[in-house]
Amino acid sequence: MEQATTLEHTEDVYEPSLTPDSLGKLGMWIFLIGDTMSFGALLAAYAALRAGAGVIGWVPPSEILGINLTAGMTFLLICSSVTMVKALESIQKGNVSRMCTFLGLTILGGVIFLGLQAYEWTHLIKHGLTLTGLPEHGLKGGAIAGSTLFGPTFYAITGFHGLHVTGGVIYLIVILIHGLRGRYTAEFNHEVEIVGLYWHFVDLIWIMVFTFIYLI
Amino acid sequence: MAQNGHNEHPKYMWIFLWLAVLTAIEVGIVIPDFPKALTIILLIGLACAKAILVAVYFMHLKFEKRTLAVIVITPFLICVFLVIMLMPDLTSEKRHEGIEKPSAEVMDTTEH
Repeated sequence: MEQATTLEHTEDVYEPSLTPDSLGKLGMWIFLIGDTMSFGALLAAYAALRAGAGVIGWVPPSEILGINLTAGMTFLLICSSVTMVKALESIQKGNVSRMCTFLGLTILGGVIFLGLQAYEWTHLIKHGLTLTGLPEHGLKGGAIAGSTLFGPTFYAITGFHGLHVTGGVIYLIVILIHGLRGRYTAEFNHEVEIVGLYWHFVDLIWIMVFTFIYLI
Repeated sequence: MAQNGHNEHPKYMWIFLWLAVLTAIEVGIVIPDFPKALTIILLIGLACAKAILVAVYFMHLKFEKRTLAVIVITPFLICVFLVIMLMPDLTSEKRHEGIEKPSAEVMDTTEH
């Protein structure tokens, strides 16, 4: 009798079991926390190499990188985050077609972002920013001198982020196809929320990359 | 996991406006003659404000259990710790002893 009472008491202490939607959401959060560490390590390495450049010096990023274009890309990602939350809001109200429209706009934002990044990279490579060298002249025409580690760190960080955007666009397309087939309703939509978490995280990371790589 | 359900939608357009304005301020303060240290502090502050807005409203952390917020903030703190721990070693003067700035000619030959 006493044993039974103890057992009952112990069971009360446990958290309730994970449900299918909370399980997926928790899984995504755990992935994002791990991903934060990956980006954190890359940005810390960038900061360390920049601070450690010493007498050789580090080229001010604004001498090489086009801030206005990247500010536009930041704005674009913020817009796509808004369309993402609007997609979730729509399906929570049961409006499938509105959700699909907003998901489509989010995908479009991601694709334009990738296009602009490809344009930026092509432009920079043509001007001499490679994995081993710096351009001879900056945007303002002045001579460029400094650590050649600028190129590899820049391409590693923005490339890693670009891969995340590419993955996000594919993920969103899969969710959009499910949506068009009528998988989601006002009651069943946690998959849309989970893809949203990933997409907002990509936006959040870009906010950090934009500040640390382009502006500082 | 959501505490208050999803019926309470924050005003997303306000968050969007805030994010856009903060981005514009960020670009605006990158002026060459502005004190460097102040610019860096301001830029990091603005970036953190934007990141918090995205996490709290767009990622719905505001409506989740507080435990999740504590778990999520941990890797960010670890990243800050990582950078701080690296700095004293890399910025110390001793590290650069014996390294001289390469002359312009040497720089030219290494680039080609």
